Amino acid sequence: MTAVPAPGNWRGALARRNPAAKLAAALLFSLPLIATLDPVAPALAIVVELAVLPFAGVRPLTLLRRAAPLLLSIAGLLVTVLLFAADRSGTVLLAAGPVTLTTGVLETALGLTLRVVAIALPGLIVLATTDPTDLADALIQNARFSPRFAIGALAAFRLVPLLTDEWRTLAAARRARGVDAGRNPVAAIRIFTSTAFALLVGAIRRGVRLATAMDARGFDAGIPRTVARRQVFGYRDAALMIAAVALSAAALTVSALAGTFRPVF
Amino acid sequence: MRVDVRGFGWRFAGRRDWAVRGLDLTVEAGERVLLLGASGAGKSTLLAAIAGLLPEDSGEAEGEIKTDRETGLLFQDPQTQLVMSRSGDDVAFGLENLGTPADEIWPRVDRTLHDTGFRYGRDRSTAALSGGEAQRLALAGVLAPRPRLLLLDEPTANLDPAGATLIRDALARTLTPDTALIVVEHRVAEVLPLVNRVVVLAAGGGVLADGPPDRIFAEHGATLADAGIWVPGHAIAPRKAAQAAGDPLLTAENVTVHNRLATTSLGVRAARVHAVLGPNGAGKSTLARLCGGLLAPTTGAVRAAEALAGPDAARPPHRWRAAALAGRIGSVFQNPEHQFVTGTVRDELALGPRRRRRTPVDVDLVVDGLLERLRLTRLAGANPFTLSGGEARRLSVATALAAGPRVLVLDEPTFGQDRRTWIELVDLLAALRDQEGAAIVAVTHDPDFVAALADETTTLTAGAETAEGAANAEGAASAGPSGRAGTAVTTRTAAAHGAAEATGTTGATGTAAPEPGR
Repeated sequence: MTAVPAPGNWRGALARRNPAAKLAAALLFSLPLIATLDPVAPALAIVVELAVLPFAGVRPLTLLRRAAPLLLSIAGLLVTVLLFAADRSGTVLLAAGPVTLTTGVLETALGLTLRVVAIALPGLIVLATTDPTDLADALIQNARFSPRFAIGALAAFRLVPLLTDEWRTLAAARRARGVDAGRNPVAAIRIFTSTAFALLVGAIRRGVRLATAMDARGFDAGIPRTVARRQVFGYRDAALMIAAVALSAAALTVSALAGTFRPVF
Repeated sequence: MRVDVRGFGWRFAGRRDWAVRGLDLTVEAGERVLLLGASGAGKSTLLAAIAGLLPEDSGEAEGEIKTDRETGLLFQDPQTQLVMSRSGDDVAFGLENLGTPADEIWPRVDRTLHDTGFRYGRDRSTAALSGGEAQRLALAGVLAPRPRLLLLDEPTANLDPAGATLIRDALARTLTPDTALIVVEHRVAEVLPLVNRVVVLAAGGGVLADGPPDRIFAEHGATLADAGIWVPGHAIAPRKAAQAAGDPLLTAENVTVHNRLATTSLGVRAARVHAVLGPNGAGKSTLARLCGGLLAPTTGAVRAAEALAGPDAARPPHRWRAAALAGRIGSVFQNPEHQFVTGTVRDELALGPRRRRRTPVDVDLVVDGLLERLRLTRLAGANPFTLSGGEARRLSVATALAAGPRVLVLDEPTFGQDRRTWIELVDLLAALRDQEGAAIVAVTHDPDFVAALADETTTLTAGAETAEGAANAEGAASAGPSGRAGTAVTTRTAAAHGAAEATGTTGATGTAAPEPGR
């Protein structure tokens, strides 16, 4: 888990916006991009996203580290497309056995990569600049989320790092019992499954204990809640959301004018 | 009057027996009650009922409980009580829930943190707290709304002695004269200074005894001790090693584990119990895993003697196949449930011998012997996950023994156990050491266990920064390597129980010096 810096440490004008507004802006910006399959609109969107990066105060390296799982899934996606794409039109660039690499395939792969990055990047930037507690507070106070959901998710989130440790313990305990897979892949899968199941059972038990402790402290007992940390939603937050919609629309318009727009449906 | 219980009973849905029944109890303002009873007498259920935490659809109720609304309940495990990631926010959580006006919240949070003696600021991450500090924060969260009735369910059972002291001090500082207190605790001596009344629940329902501590322990001390309660003045005689120390079976030489354990050396000999001591976060459990062949050291080496491993002695234990490892070095984890992998007690015990390809007749012989020896015969067909704490502990030790190891590594074996299970464990380990010449390594923060059984001790200390370590590995990792520089001190001592043996103490910063008598 990446340690979350204390609030106030966020630099950048964008990072200081209301967390709910930031999340909404990210969604408003990236969701419309799903509508097109062309590479131009997402490419423009990525340009916009990289342009606002300095205002978010995220260091590119930090962002890259957080994007590691995303990059990994893109690599998987690329392999799949290169090997199995149905559309093999265009000039043949390489023919190696059953794999035929054509300009058409490359185009599809490029479009797909750009889309995934364009859609995921805003969310990554928001998460990298937002304290989870502040986000839950803003969702409750400014977006009318139920405290039961937002605080409950926050509390569950706190238990996640414990799972890594629990997994190590369970795996070690199985070895101590004389159970290992050696080079047998079937046994390995069986042990993995039983360890995962034990982890799940333990997580549920922990969750139940935490829920009881929260009940004991009067959580969701029907008394109107007060808030210790006020989140303010101002005109700048509204402006951020409007800008997000406008920029997304602009990217799609440029794509339409250039004649590259390819609707999904 | 703070609470009035009349003819109360509760039976969990799907259970045949009542958890509590026929209970009458009145607690007035300012009364400090220690609630005792054998395990299974329904103490925790009663606290949950008083706190209003037994939903109507989860069981069947009898009688009634009248109580103030302002009730606070503190549980054992801080990890499953803290809700927020910043300490101050967690204390504020309860105040928010109760609708405390926003401008009063932070002054109340600050005052409560100060009163409980919390050492850090509001922004301190709850993940970076030691067990004791985390529990102190949980206590602050319970106290902030100023409960008029405070309920504590084994509040120090999960903590090392230093952590337990923190909680008792915080309680002594913060209890106002009119607060009523009901505390459930096995270790009576630790909470005695806080209470002025003892209530003993009878196993079959109702109250067995009720009165001032002196009178209750004078009249019922022996009965309570037999029921598993740690009554003051009922000391347990030490079990002295019966034979001379045997050959070294396992040695750890200058082992370290990145971020978890500073340089440590340790030698384990046949027919000896070696206790590993030290505060939470010093790397005791990590050392146990190294000795158990369950973890590779970052630097240094764990070596097995040929007497233990035969030709496999050329390789470190963590490279052995699991079945071979289990037959030589048995490991017992802190939480027994982590180790259970089958559906019945009998299958758990049979697993080790079967993995070692013993014949069915031999397997049955081993299993029946262990069931008998650890009083588990009656439970042979039961699911291991349905056992009580004491039963689960006995089974986890038995599963390790089933594979027939000569070295046994135990992590906090007496953790949270009542007196009865405790004595059984100590007797069992003493018999293994004295009759079978087993080498036993026990990680522990239980001073009674060390006094009763340990022949040799190694004390790990964390650096000043993490003197109390961290509540979990994540916290430990975030404490950084600077806080990990610790010391290990090995003592081969006769002081524990006067056994005639080479005596000496070595201490070194960062590196434990070679043990004396080598």
